Amino acid sequence: MDLGINLLAITDHNATANIEAVIKAARGSGIHIFPGMELQSHEEVHLLCLFDSLDQIRSMQIQVDKTMPGLQNNPDYFGEQFVVDSTGDFIRREESMLLASSSLSIKQACDLVSDLGGLLIPAHVNRKAFGLLPTLGFIPEELSCNQVMEISRHISAEKALLEYPQLSGKTLIQSGDVHRLSEFLGVNYFHLEKPSIHELSLAFSNLDGRDFAINQPNL
Amino acid sequence: MNVQQIIDTLKLKVLTENKDFSSIQPTFGYSSDLLSCVMAGAPKQGIWVTLQAHGNIVAVAALLELTAIIITEGAMPDENTIQKANDEGVTLLSTSASTFNVIGQLWEMGLRNP
Repeated sequence: MDLGINLLAITDHNATANIEAVIKAARGSGIHIFPGMELQSHEEVHLLCLFDSLDQIRSMQIQVDKTMPGLQNNPDYFGEQFVVDSTGDFIRREESMLLASSSLSIKQACDLVSDLGGLLIPAHVNRKAFGLLPTLGFIPEELSCNQVMEISRHISAEKALLEYPQLSGKTLIQSGDVHRLSEFLGVNYFHLEKPSIHELSLAFSNLDGRDFAINQPNL
Repeated sequence: MNVQQIIDTLKLKVLTENKDFSSIQPTFGYSSDLLSCVMAGAPKQGIWVTLQAHGNIVAVAALLELTAIIITEGAMPDENTIQKANDEGVTLLSTSASTFNVIGQLWEMGLRNP
């Protein structure tokens, strides 16, 4: 709240178990929480999948779970995977390894998210590790109509466009792959009627008086 | 060495339409599962070994005019991908063997120098 944040999407890697706690914790704060996921596709591309409701994200998780390799996490190598309550207290350990790729292709992920009524945004598309453009080398057909792409925190929109001309005509957002409050960039500005996925889509396309702008004072 | 010999020796399953594979000779081989690396590194008319089976492998193969893609570890492209490959004239071959084993066999068959 001190950072002036109104909209927050929770997008853990192939996981959603902590979203409900955040929604609970945010109740009455004026911060709207979008349930989401950062899906790692079979191509090893990271895709942000945003939804309106917990029901939608639960359906998403069920489908994604079916496509995970079923490996056990080893915390010594890959770190802990905790599920916590709305005060941050420990509930359980997630035992399956969330770091792996789903066997869903980008195309299958697009179809799944769209069937569930969500919004899919390729994450940190310019980043070498798990970014769409360095991994595939091009914007595939299934994403050609996709209006929004997220760029990583260490690049300006202008530079991203210079480096990847394929991004021209796309709406670029920048979320910073934030894992801690102190890392928030807070450069995405929306004009919305209300916080919803539909409204976000309108804003990204500058339709019906909604709009979106990226404001980068530090870059 | 031609693609028919490779299919026979490695016991590969042909997923796309049949062609006269004995008349197609790969220039060399390449392996990576990162499409951007393949685009930068695979030789024209080479053979590409990967465990990726999604639709975009076809676009890369068509771009580089690759003679064939050998899809390893039993990964199976969906119908649309196979259709797209047929439309683009890209040959998809499948095996349950690992990429390492496939490359080893190709090397032994003499596919060593571009």
